[in-house]
Amino acid sequence: MRMLRKGVRTAAIVAAASLVLTACGNGDTADLTDDTEADADATGDEETDDPGDDPDEDAAEAGDLGSVTYQEGEAIQIRSLEAISGDVAFLGIPNQRGTEIAIADYGDVQGFAVELGTPLDDLCSADGGQSAAQTIVSDDTVAGVIGTSCSGAGVPASELISSAGMVMVSASNTNPALTQTPFGTEGENFSEGYYRTAHNDLYQGAAVAEFVYEELGLTQMAAIHDGDPYTDGLTTAFQDAFTELGGEVVVYTAVNKGDTDMVPVLTEVAGENPEGIFVPIFPPEVNRVAEQYVNVEGLEDVVMISADGAQVEGFLEIAEAEGFYFSGPSLQFEGNNNEITDKSATDFLEDYQEQYGEAPSAAFWAHAYDATTLLLQAIDNVAEVGDDGSLTIDRAALRDELYSTSFQGLIGQITCDEFGDCGAGEIQIILHEDSSVTDATQIPVVYTFVPSE
Amino acid sequence: MTATDPPRTQAPSLFTRARRRLTWVDSFLWVIRVGAVLLIAWGLIGSIQRFTAGLGPTGSQWRDLLVAAIAFGAMYGLIAIGYSMVYGVLGFINFAHGEVFMSGAFIGYFAATALSNGGLWQSNPIIAMLLTLLVSMATSTFMAVLVERVAYRRLRSSPRLIPLITSIGVSFFLQYSFLGLFGATVRTYPTLPPFMTGNIDILGVPVQRSQLLVIVVAAVAMSGLWQFVTRTKTGRAMRAVAEDKEIAALMGINVDRTIVTTFAVGGAMAGIAGMLYGQLYGVSFFMGFLPGIKAFTAAVLGGIGVIPGAMAGGVLLGLFEGVGPLLILGGLGIASPSQLRDAVAFSALVLVLIFRPSGLFGEAVGAEDRA
Repeated sequence: MRMLRKGVRTAAIVAAASLVLTACGNGDTADLTDDTEADADATGDEETDDPGDDPDEDAAEAGDLGSVTYQEGEAIQIRSLEAISGDVAFLGIPNQRGTEIAIADYGDVQGFAVELGTPLDDLCSADGGQSAAQTIVSDDTVAGVIGTSCSGAGVPASELISSAGMVMVSASNTNPALTQTPFGTEGENFSEGYYRTAHNDLYQGAAVAEFVYEELGLTQMAAIHDGDPYTDGLTTAFQDAFTELGGEVVVYTAVNKGDTDMVPVLTEVAGENPEGIFVPIFPPEVNRVAEQYVNVEGLEDVVMISADGAQVEGFLEIAEAEGFYFSGPSLQFEGNNNEITDKSATDFLEDYQEQYGEAPSAAFWAHAYDATTLLLQAIDNVAEVGDDGSLTIDRAALRDELYSTSFQGLIGQITCDEFGDCGAGEIQIILHEDSSVTDATQIPVVYTFVPSE
Repeated sequence: MTATDPPRTQAPSLFTRARRRLTWVDSFLWVIRVGAVLLIAWGLIGSIQRFTAGLGPTGSQWRDLLVAAIAFGAMYGLIAIGYSMVYGVLGFINFAHGEVFMSGAFIGYFAATALSNGGLWQSNPIIAMLLTLLVSMATSTFMAVLVERVAYRRLRSSPRLIPLITSIGVSFFLQYSFLGLFGATVRTYPTLPPFMTGNIDILGVPVQRSQLLVIVVAAVAMSGLWQFVTRTKTGRAMRAVAEDKEIAALMGINVDRTIVTTFAVGGAMAGIAGMLYGQLYGVSFFMGFLPGIKAFTAAVLGGIGVIPGAMAGGVLLGLFEGVGPLLILGGLGIASPSQLRDAVAFSALVLVLIFRPSGLFGEAVGAEDRA
């Protein structure tokens, strides 16, 4: 009984309160409409003035991104934003060093030195990319950025850097959405002022699809990614290309980073009877897949294909990795010359060994070197020395210059298209048959894909 | 809303009377319960339809998945025992237990590698694996006791939130000490000897030998522990301390020693799990985190403080997260169900607690016993 009474009382209070509120509300909205009408009148007057200002504002969006000026004696600021710590440091550190060597080789830009500043870390994550990019854009003396290592970090970083009017050139982001997907259409994460010397994974997806469909004759494939924009983008590109060729991706699924028990996901895959599995994920997850798939009924004889993320010692060295195919960018840089600095890949590797006491731990050093020379040459071409000896770089002009650059780099012909894809799209498929070979460049190439565009 | 709004004030009491005994929280919970059951049933029906239509995994693939899930769950169960026992005697969650598990697996890895380099792993795998198991157990036991001595003993009379937070600190300390000492790479145990790989027929059902090994070792360890707790004097002392520390002390039980024993036994179980887990999935400094959280979940699921509950909770959780995503989410038509395995595991916990707030085997806990 007590509760009932309480309920009634509450209902009464609610009803009373709502009455009061409606009353107030009515009054308020009436007042508000009056206000807005008054405002509308006021703004209406202003709007008539606006057209005069508008063209300027439009120009600000379209062309005038401002400029950066260095006084005599100051250095041109560029920044490096790579994955230099954590699990993916093997990828980011050679990128950063490639940039350092390129800056040293290029020398001064119109008599101004180039300064890289403290290397920033993209942590191979969206958070890392975001916070590092924020650090960069808060410094308006920065002319351009080399980075990121990971596509996941590249998505927020490119957005921030683009809206600050700066440019960035990545050596190893391959996610299609950062530039174009499908070819000729702006990707979901496209930002102006973003360029890359790495291949677009549309090429890699197409290469794997062609290899699987035409060389191996498989028509039923499975694809497993790990939720990372790089792996997700690559498996999607593969699925699209494979479907277009006439094959079918019978199961498209994902694991989590950090998963150890792959039996559930492999059972899901086995349930659809694929002839092959495309699993472009990283160690250690790819190791677990390699160890466990043979024990899942129905997967004993499937063809396993992984990608460049797994072409590292930590995976290549395990016995279960034998028999895997890997796709990846062409790694045969020998004989290639960067025409801007006139440096050959062989010379670069010698320099690298001498300066850092080891060989590069991943193959994108060449892309980083080319990316840096690309940026420096573009700066060189648009920078203007003023009467007082200062150097001014117009940001919009720098973007346009980059979109129209073309030169011969360490990785081959570099030509930037309107979406920022500059790299060559040559992809190789290798077959790993001996787990004592852990250097990916020493593994025999079984298929080479050259974009037909 | 107008000024005349009689339904609100003169509420017709039919509606109110019907729910007089039902509070809002109760009815909300019932909606969730019914909704969850319907959702699960829907997923199951979807999977069964797919199965009868010849789509998806075959019967034997489902069976293999079930066995794998039980084996994985058995490892959770072994770890969960440590959470449950410590909670039983001290009433707080030892979040560093996942790191106790990791340390055993880690040092076990070094022992196994040394034995493999020495040749014993290949020439006499059973002895080598037993030695590795001993090293792993000893390390975890030592670590558990050390943590109790250094971090928890001084805090025994403080409010339970304080050792709980301390345990989180210890957990990070151990994780990053191992990171500093041994680096971030994932290391793999030497491969299992040939007679432990492949399948073996158990009552006509082919079972992977490595999974059978996990299940058998876990079963032996758990029954051994049960014997220890129920049959021995020390075990009886542990139960007495769990019941009431002060009275147990009055009865002449050395409470400190009993608590150390509890940590040691929980650590030893985690060490066994560590060796099995490391052997199958490799070791890294971070490996204790997720299994630790899952084992804690398993302990709560089974009823925290109850040893058989921890064992059953572990196996059940393994089943939920191993089979659940594909069976329920797959049946609902959700893409990439395996990516949601952690979500399924923790939802399973929520569901069990909605139906049985004290866990499957737990007893209702009095307010003064709660942490």
